[in-house]
Amino acid sequence: MPWRFDAFEAYKFCAAVPSVHRRTIASVPRYFHTLVASRTTHLGTLTPLRLVTSAHRCPIASVPRCFNTLSASSLLNITFMNTSGSEEEFCNERTSLMTTESPPLSSYHVETGISSLEDTQTKARCPITNESNNREARHEGVSVERDSTADSEDEEMSLKYGAKHVIMLFVPVTLCMIVVIATIKSVSFYTEKGGQLIYTPFTEDTTSVGQRLLNSVLNTLIMISVIVVMTIFLVVLYKYRCYKFIHGWLILSSLMLLFWFSFMYLGEVFKTYNVAMDYPTLALVIWNFGAVGMVCIHWKGPLQLQQAYLIMISALMALVFIKYLPEWSAWVILGAISVYDLIAVLCPKGPLRMLVETAQERNEPIFPALIYSSAMIWMVGMTEHSAVQQPSHQETNSDEEVGQSHHDNTEDNRNMVVPETEVHGAQSRTTSAVELEEERGIKLGLGDFIFYSVLVGKASATASGDWNTTLACFVAILIGLCLTLLLLAIFKKALPALPISITFGLVFYFSTDNLVRPFMDNLAAHQFYI
Amino acid sequence: MTVAVFFGCSFIAFGPAFALFIFTIARDPLRVIILIAGAFFWLLSLLLSSLVWFIAMKASNDKDQQLQRGLLIFGVMFSVLLQEVFRFAYYKLLRKASEGLAALSEDERSPISVQQMAYVAGLGFGIMSGAFSMINILADSLGPGIVGIHGESQYYFLTSAFMTMAVTLLHTFWGVVFFDGCENRRWWVIAVVVALHLLVSGLTFLNPIYEGSLPPAYVILVSMAVWSFFSCGGSLQNIQQFLTCRKNDAGSEVAS
Repeated sequence: MPWRFDAFEAYKFCAAVPSVHRRTIASVPRYFHTLVASRTTHLGTLTPLRLVTSAHRCPIASVPRCFNTLSASSLLNITFMNTSGSEEEFCNERTSLMTTESPPLSSYHVETGISSLEDTQTKARCPITNESNNREARHEGVSVERDSTADSEDEEMSLKYGAKHVIMLFVPVTLCMIVVIATIKSVSFYTEKGGQLIYTPFTEDTTSVGQRLLNSVLNTLIMISVIVVMTIFLVVLYKYRCYKFIHGWLILSSLMLLFWFSFMYLGEVFKTYNVAMDYPTLALVIWNFGAVGMVCIHWKGPLQLQQAYLIMISALMALVFIKYLPEWSAWVILGAISVYDLIAVLCPKGPLRMLVETAQERNEPIFPALIYSSAMIWMVGMTEHSAVQQPSHQETNSDEEVGQSHHDNTEDNRNMVVPETEVHGAQSRTTSAVELEEERGIKLGLGDFIFYSVLVGKASATASGDWNTTLACFVAILIGLCLTLLLLAIFKKALPALPISITFGLVFYFSTDNLVRPFMDNLAAHQFYI
Repeated sequence: MTVAVFFGCSFIAFGPAFALFIFTIARDPLRVIILIAGAFFWLLSLLLSSLVWFIAMKASNDKDQQLQRGLLIFGVMFSVLLQEVFRFAYYKLLRKASEGLAALSEDERSPISVQQMAYVAGLGFGIMSGAFSMINILADSLGPGIVGIHGESQYYFLTSAFMTMAVTLLHTFWGVVFFDGCENRRWWVIAVVVALHLLVSGLTFLNPIYEGSLPPAYVILVSMAVWSFFSCGGSLQNIQQFLTCRKNDAGSEVAS
């Protein structure tokens, strides 16, 4: 069956491989694990195998957002981010494969499930057996006993790996924030008033405080309604399978972001540092940067390079928002987005939830749009999916919810925190003495990068030049992210990921700017130490 | 007021803490999380104490300099007490987390011991405290200006950097000793830690007279270092084995 090998070839080259998602943090749906499991087991003899998994699960909630982004960009000539390319390419293959092949796939599972497949679904379906040295029996037995101890082991695993996942998110979020803060503090372009986005038409240059507040609230309302409309539009598009449209839009927006915005950024940096640069050199640099970025993000590329590009475009996007959102509107928008996120995750009739459910019904991944993926999974030897079959209902639910927690926004993917773990049970076939590595990756939607960076950037731009405020917001956001992941691990159900961080960030921004700053300034003036 | 001053002062103030972070904490994700949570707890304590000070300041007469200075001193003392309260709260939280981790692990042992958590928590407090004290000063040292133009001390940046380093390391040692006291229910230890913290902060009230604040702070730092070393299981024998690189189980691997 050639298509399987094609898929395998694609797998081999994919840089980012979110693996099967384990429970606590947004999980990859079971079907995905199944799919991966089946394929890898079928191709089991081939080593090492990089599995691309989960990506397709997490983009569910982010698709509407990236779509909004795309529409916004098309209207405003502002580029937005686009998907992580290798996944997209992979996803395209998969999507096309999955949509056409899904029925055969399930039948494949059924056919071969008995024979050599360690399939989640197969396992789930097969009852406890006490067969012989048959591999399936062993696996099933393994899966059975794993099911029984699944909970405690899962919890232990999730806590053991939870810390690693948290750090895998801390590092890119920190890097993005550092880039934004460094730019804000040095390049004055991004703190100058230069007009406003079309989504925030009301000006804040008013005489009275009440008028200014009213204008910012109106701006927020307009922005949020645009986002909701775009989300619904995207859900409709997705429901009617207009994939090409969405893909085209993503590519267009990433094109604009990688070329136009980075050109602007580079121009401003040169102006700030008074560097003389000629146009041919600049054209060469921008061309190379943009072309490699497109390749990395939309097609295949080294993982680190892809991550670096995603961080850079998140930072660029955040800088655009910092520049063009008026001050009070920015804070109100951040607050409103968190509330919207909360609602979108917890209400059953939200468009994001519908999108997720549609994707699940169709058993296909949503666009891998704008997802930062942090690790690669190596499967050495056969893939044993005894542990992979861990995804429980809770996982699926939490995946959904966390997916939905990424509210729509003009930003791209929201905070899709998807830990991908390929847990390959140590009890592999007796023939292979290789202990399969258990390595987990995690994915985060770029929209969340953007919002965190907008908060920290605004804090550093407008907080009276105070570094304490920036530092406080930074720590608050990291703690919010950590708490979100922890809560997800504890409650094992979907929780919105953005609200906690943004709430902490806002609280700490206002309190540090108004309370702590005078205190610390006075202490520093007298050189008192606390 | 040059880049040299900036780099010099930042290395003095943050060098030891940064080295400690790189060599002992950066590799372990759980420790990094505990560090950042420790920083967060310190930040919370600062927030609350600033709130109290702000209310007191706004409710009082702005023009009275002595009163304002008195209120600031009160704010400092209150902040110190609140920091120690939050350190205790963090200890409680870490105990619970440690029990949870131990319960869920295969061998009923927590992946991180209380002493390690104490060290990391103390360092988190120290780094945040140092950062909040020093970062604005460092940012100002990059720009143009003249130090002490109105007759204040010329050594403002340098003394700030040294004081920050002392406070950072002190927080680390206080964390170790404090947690150890809580673990073994020795409440006098906690009282001593609180008293020493108040003393160090109080000495900074003498501050243009740096002889009154810096040397005593360093004496206290050295004594705290010795105390914390012995309280978490160190001994002269350990040091000897470490220095002679002898490989027994208690030997060359001194720290953890």
